[in-house]
Amino acid sequence: MTDRRRHHDMGGVPEADPIPQEGHTSEPWEKRVDAIKALLSDNKRKLLTTDEMRRGIEDLGADAYERYSYYERWIASVTNNMLEKKVFTVDELGRKMAEIEARQDNKPL
Amino acid sequence: MHDDHDHHEHHHDHDHGMYEVDPLHYHPPQPDLEDSKLTHHQIMQMAVAELLIEKGVITADELRAQIDFMDSITPARGATLVARAWTDPAFKERLVADSRKAGAEIDMELGPIPILVMENTPTVHNLIVCTLCSCYPKMLLGTPPDWYKSRSYRRRAISEPRKVLAEFGTTLSDDIELRVHDSTADMRYLVLPMRPEGTDGMDEAALARLVTRDCMVGVAVPQS
Repeated sequence: MTDRRRHHDMGGVPEADPIPQEGHTSEPWEKRVDAIKALLSDNKRKLLTTDEMRRGIEDLGADAYERYSYYERWIASVTNNMLEKKVFTVDELGRKMAEIEARQDNKPL
Repeated sequence: MHDDHDHHEHHHDHDHGMYEVDPLHYHPPQPDLEDSKLTHHQIMQMAVAELLIEKGVITADELRAQIDFMDSITPARGATLVARAWTDPAFKERLVADSRKAGAEIDMELGPIPILVMENTPTVHNLIVCTLCSCYPKMLLGTPPDWYKSRSYRRRAISEPRKVLAEFGTTLSDDIELRVHDSTADMRYLVLPMRPEGTDGMDEAALARLVTRDCMVGVAVPQS
């Protein structure tokens, strides 16, 4: 099949799976991803358009697109867009993530 | 922020640093979540939130308010418009012509992205999908259900919509035309279902309760 569409462009692609009827309740971290995206896109900030957001998701590539959950794709796109716009740097992000991970590791259980 | 929190010893008193720097964790998580390790993307979310707050791009209050606002938007908003349209033919005309203006008549904000209201008739049934991603009339229906974002729905809704409807328990007779609308970042859709028979005596509020989210996506029809 010579289908040159990119992975996300999946309308009409043959699919045998039924529509998954079971849903899940949004987890708090997923709601925060949604809210961060909405704030960055609002008129006060105008840092992220819907098209930029989608392009960031589509650029993840087919493999990540399939492996990541919906909001994992979203936070990856938000993050990449903010890096591109130099809202924060890779270095700042890396250090912050390491710091959060360390906080978690030190957590008494 | 108190330094001595780092030396706190109570197990149930969560992990100090994390909840101070990320004030969004204002409710303690469920015990079994609390003990599970954060995923890479959860850490990324926290890092992005903290960086945006530290840099003054957003505030923690704005983030909380945004979450509260999104939680407050439910399909009841869309149902209000539908029930009004059922009881007021002139309003229905205005809703189909320009949903944002019609919403404003009853102080309902529909947001910046145009929402086209597609009316079901005895001969036409409408269904909405977003094959490219997950565009959805969020300002009228809230957050989309998981199935709307699923690969299977996105692939099949435009190629075999009648089979898809059947999986939702909706059977359309063959003489009804089925129109599928593919949403985009710049254009959203809402289905205006037909008022069910046997509802003549019902007032607007009672009618609105018949209008479910699935009816306004087009995978179901209202039952009286």
